[in-house]
Parts: sequence; C-alpha cells; structure tokens
Amino acid sequence: MANKTTDVFICGVGGQGILLASEILSDVALAKGLDIKKSEVHGMAQRGGSVVSHVRFGETIYSPVIAEGEADILASFEKMEALRWIQFVKPGGKVIVNSQEIVPSGMETYPPAIDRKITERVPDTMFIDALKLAKEAGHLRAVNIVMLGAFSHFLGFSEDEWKSAIKARVPEKTIEINLKAFELGRAAVSG
Amino acid sequence: MRVLLSGNEAVARGCYEHGVKVATAYPGTPSTEILENVVKYKDDIYCQWSPNEKVAFEVAMGASFGGVRTLVAMKHVGLNVAADPLMTSTSVGGDGGFVIVTADDPGMHSSQNEQDNRYYAKFAKIPLIEPSDSQEVLDFLGTAYEISEQFGTPVLFRLTTRLSHAKTPVEMGTRTEVAQKEYVKDTSFRVVIPAHARKLHVKVEKRLESIREYAETSPLNKVIEGDPKVGVISSGISYQYAHDAFPEATFLKLGLSYPFPIELARKFCARFETVYVVEENEPFIEEFLRYAGITNIIGREKSPACGELNQRIVRDSISGEDTAGEKTSVSPRPPVLCPGCPHRSTFYTLNRLKIGSTSDIGCYTLGVMPPLEGIDTCICMGASIGNSLGMEKAIGKEFAKKMVAVIGDSTFVHSGMTGLADVAYNKGATTVIVVDNSITAMTGHQDHAGTGTTLMGESTTKLDYIKLAESVGVKDARRVNAFDMEAVKTAIKEATGSDEATLLVMEGPCALQARSQWGPALVVDSEMCTACGLCLRLGCPAISKDENGKATINPLFCVGEFCSMCAQVCPVDCIAVPDKS
Repeated sequence: MANKTTDVFICGVGGQGILLASEILSDVALAKGLDIKKSEVHGMAQRGGSVVSHVRFGETIYSPVIAEGEADILASFEKMEALRWIQFVKPGGKVIVNSQEIVPSGMETYPPAIDRKITERVPDTMFIDALKLAKEAGHLRAVNIVMLGAFSHFLGFSEDEWKSAIKARVPEKTIEINLKAFELGRAAVSG
Repeated sequence: MRVLLSGNEAVARGCYEHGVKVATAYPGTPSTEILENVVKYKDDIYCQWSPNEKVAFEVAMGASFGGVRTLVAMKHVGLNVAADPLMTSTSVGGDGGFVIVTADDPGMHSSQNEQDNRYYAKFAKIPLIEPSDSQEVLDFLGTAYEISEQFGTPVLFRLTTRLSHAKTPVEMGTRTEVAQKEYVKDTSFRVVIPAHARKLHVKVEKRLESIREYAETSPLNKVIEGDPKVGVISSGISYQYAHDAFPEATFLKLGLSYPFPIELARKFCARFETVYVVEENEPFIEEFLRYAGITNIIGREKSPACGELNQRIVRDSISGEDTAGEKTSVSPRPPVLCPGCPHRSTFYTLNRLKIGSTSDIGCYTLGVMPPLEGIDTCICMGASIGNSLGMEKAIGKEFAKKMVAVIGDSTFVHSGMTGLADVAYNKGATTVIVVDNSITAMTGHQDHAGTGTTLMGESTTKLDYIKLAESVGVKDARRVNAFDMEAVKTAIKEATGSDEATLLVMEGPCALQARSQWGPALVVDSEMCTACGLCLRLGCPAISKDENGKATINPLFCVGEFCSMCAQVCPVDCIAVPDKS
C-alpha cells in the first residue's frame, strides 16, 4: 500500500455514532504507523442532521478531505444518506449501506427506490441490516460498530488490530456487545 | 508521543508547550474547542470565557502587559467585534508574547459570512501565520510567540474550519516555562494619546519592514522542489488541496504570509513560465504579487471566490473541466430545534399571534424554519434589539406590537445589553425576549456570565437579567417558564400590547443538558385526535402524521413530560403521559 492513499467516506444521520466509528478507524491506521487525516464539521445542532466524516490514510496524506470521485469505500449508516454522497465514490469504488431508513424531520414518508438508485450509480454496493445485527449483538446503538465491522473487511488490517482499537474507545461495560457487533458486521460482508 | 489532534486541540497543546499563562475567548464555531482544551492545562494556564471577543481581547492584552505569554481565540466574525482593540494593539506585544487566533469558516458551515481574516493582518499591520495541519499548528505557535516577543507585536494566527476540526498526527513535546517580565510603567506605548500614537505609527512601519526581511528567510516559508516546469504558491489548508491536485509540482509554501516575503516570491516566480496561486476565498497572496508587478501568475481568474476548496475544485479550476460528478436529488436533512427545546414555545406563540421577530445568532435562529417561521431578520451577534428599535422608529410605535426582538442568553450577554439600554434611553416600545436556556448551546454548551460557573469550573456570580433591565430603565421585566405555553402566550400578549419597553426572560434548560429530567415519551390517543394539526405546528421532530392524518409521536425522540408543549396546545387533550398499566 506504499504511497497509496485509502479514502473512507463515512456518512449517516446525527446520533448514529458516525464519529466514534471514524475515530476507531483512525486509531487503527495511526497505530500501524501510517499518516492519517480525519475531517468532519462540528457546530450547527447536528441532531437529526446529515453527518459526514472523511478518513484518509497512507504513507503521506495532504488534503484532510476526500473529494468527489475519490472514495475507495463509502460506508453509509442510513440508506438515503448513501445516495446524498454517492458522487464521492471513485470509479470502481465500493458502497456499504445500512438498509435502515430514517425519515427526515418534516417529511411524512420515506422516498421510494433508493436501493435501485444507489446500485445504478455504484454496482459494487452491499446492503446490510445493521440495526438487526446490532440488536442481535445486544444493543441498538451498536449500529456504528456493526458498520465498522463491515467496512473493516475491505481495509486490510488484522481483526486483532480492530478489536484492540474498539476496546480502547468504547465504555468498558459495552466492550462485549461492541466486539460481537464488530464480528457480526464483518461476517455479514465476508460470506 | 504521536497522537491525533484537531487543529484546535493542537492550539491548546501549543499553549501548554510554549509556556502560555493566560488564554481567553468567547465561543464560536469553528474556534470553540481551543479554550475547551486549554482548560485541561488549568494548573499551568489561567483561562476564561469572556462576555464577547472584544473583552476577551482586552483581557488578553492586559495579561500581555502583565508580562506573560497570552492567547486570545475567536471565530472570524468575532474579530470584527474585537477589531477596535486589534487596530490599536499593533504597538503591543513586547511585554508578554501575544497571539490572536482567528478561525475562519470558508463554506460557512456555521457562520453568516466567509470573510477572509488574513486581511486583518494587513489592516492592523501585524504578522500573519498560516499553519496547514495540526503539527504545524503546534510548531508554528512557538514561532508566533518568538516573533511577537522579538519584534514587539501581536501575531495573527489563522486557522480555517478544515484545520480546526480535522485530526492529524502530532508529535507532542513538553512544556517550556517562559519567564514573566516585570511590569514597568511606560506610557509611551501603553497610552495611545495622539502625541504617542504618531510616533508609534512610524515604529510600526519600520517594524513591518523588519519582519518582512525576517519572513524572506523564515523556515515557515519554504520551497518544496518538484517538477521544475510547474510552480504553485499557496498557504494554510489550501496548500494541502493544491498538493493533492498537483502532486508533482514545485511549491512555495507560505506559513508567514504577512508581511509578504516579496523577494522570495519574486525569485520563485522567475523560475517558471506560469505560477499558479491557490487560495481559498480571497486573492490575498495574489494581490501582493500583482502589486509588485509579477504577472506570470494565475489565481483568482480561474479559482472560485465562494465556498471551500478541495483538491478536485483546485484541479478543475485550472483544467477547466468539471469532474464533480452528478449529485442525486435527495430530501434535505436540515438541523431543526431539538425535541424538548425550550425555544419552541416562543416561536410557536409568535407564529400563532402573527407577530414577527428580529432575531439573533444561536440555536434559536432555527426558528426561521417552517412551520415556526418566526424570524424576520438575523444579521450578527446582538443585532436583534437595535433592529427592532430601528424598525419601530421607521415604521411607527404601533409596529412594536407586531415585531419583537428575540435573543439568547449568551448572545444577550455578548452584545445585547447595550441594545437594551438603547431601547430604554430612546423610549422604544420594543419587547425584548431573552430565550434563556442558561448556556451557550449552539457551540456545544459553554458557560457565560449568566450561568454562575466559570470555564475553570468555579462557582461565580450570575448576571440577573431582571435587575439589569430595571437598572437601564426598562420598568416591565419578568421571568416566564418557557415550558408553560399559556404563560408564554399571556406574557407576549401583554408585552406587545404595552406602549413601553418590556423584557421577557423565557426560562427553560437546554433539553440536551437536561437528559436526567426526560420522561417516557408522550402518546397520542388516536381515537380522540381530530387531526387538527396544531401540535404539528410546533415543528417538533418527534411529531408526525400517521396514514390517517392524525398525530403520532416517535418514542425515540420525545423527551416526555419535561417538555409536553404538544399536550398543552392540543385542544382535545389527546396527548398524554402513557398509562403505566
């Protein structure tokens, strides 16, 4: 991977734990001795808003943001959000989507045909039911770690490296649930 | 130790390592986390939130007079508020090193404009330092203090949103203490009466020339060799975008960009047929080049004036292509007032009473969104009160019955107090509503002079809005429970019905800070619900319509009896706490 930059674009809805997932990814890359930049924007009341985190790692990283057409992986914690940011995926890139639907405030129903619109743009798209897997792991809030497990499969670090980063970041009493969530997410895309 | 730090965290770490002893600020995105992280070093650094950026600046300046290294931090528009001391502090800085951090917001992620504060350095005739990642933030801050002390000048240290909030690896060091200089009275530069100021201006001009000579060879300004045919000049975060856009190019990377190192730039430009100048927002560097008669450059003519850059935009602007890719049309997810927000009752009531508002900067600005649509104007911190009074003077006293000023508690302390005095003094009939959640909520819950706690966590005196109003001459000033819809309505009706100025303080804690008070979600009895839609007019994200047009409450969002505004506005009492059985 020398001199190659890996760009992971993580998006979803405020409150889904996107920033924690990107922190863990950054920790893994940093521990590996790689250069890493991670960018997101704080400020406006994020609750219920669209949230984005850019993570870039490799030998030397310059820009802290991923530009349109550059992301190796777009991991979306919500379905419609994948479509909102789809232009950031590079040609031949991969999309991993939590099939959960969160209706935006002010809208009455969820718009139709989102799945089809995503796969039309990026054929290499995998849908996983992260909410169901999180529940199976022991808590609905573990959606973010299920998603981390899913995209981790394509990033080349060892399972141990991911797990020790998770252990260092999550509250102690949730470690077991989160490790389970990670495994379920990883298994969901590797089968 | 190598760790990931945001630019803001790196400023705080820099304060620690470079021996800073006093740091001040007023919170404002994207600068807020600087002081929130400085407070982690409170055993070594005194730090405080000030009521506004002007006061923060003046406290920092005083600390510099006191002989210690000092930092003041603010967002870009905050420097407008502090511009008065800034413009005259140019002769200050020789005592204890003095650094002003401005965090600009290209792309306006959470700001009302995208002004490029590099021009303030030129305007105030002080050096400008532009780091481009967190390691440079930490390192360049040390250089900033050296320059400040060596040349006797404040230094402007410029971040932008993507520097402030991006995390990049930093090698941390240890703290170096810097000896405090003894205070010795010297009016020649601390009292700027005209006789002194005339001499000081001459000194400032000479000093600028000395710093320019320093900048010509400063390691902060460097040539990074690459393709001998492609030359690029850039600074700050723009350098990173430019490097990704032209990875093979030869760069002149400027970290100390004012006073502008023109000879270094001239020599660089002479090596190339064409030099690209990559800058976000304003052509600050380009103007120095053109003024010096350097014409083989391409800058603003190709690059956008509006919004943030990224590597794709830099590449496209020069190639003339558009590789942005097609955006898919997706329903927006704008931020809205949170479920349980105490500000909701004010805007709902104004909307029902058909009263407009001049408003201000804070979470409550979200009251402009449908269905509340309760805001007519919002310009800058504190403008609400003056705007209301001005409209009343232009349109007539009766207009004050149809237009109130709405301002948050922190913004009121920042710059609403003088507006209130103006209303009383100039006999306005203005109704001023302070929506008081007792915290600076928008920027992530910082204390201020009205909350009773300092940044360093000590209990302190608490500003009393009612006594303040009475003392400036507003006779009718009252507190209202923001969660009592009837009380809010009565208060607004009475205040706007009166011919005299009124202050209403709508009290209710920020819902995000009152999680312990949240109760089980309210439920709608759908048999009783008449689908009248009144509760939907609250614009609460927890309430939506079901397939029959009746109200339904999302139990994941609703904060229960803590708020219960919907239950209060329901004309048939069909919203209630769930039956325990």
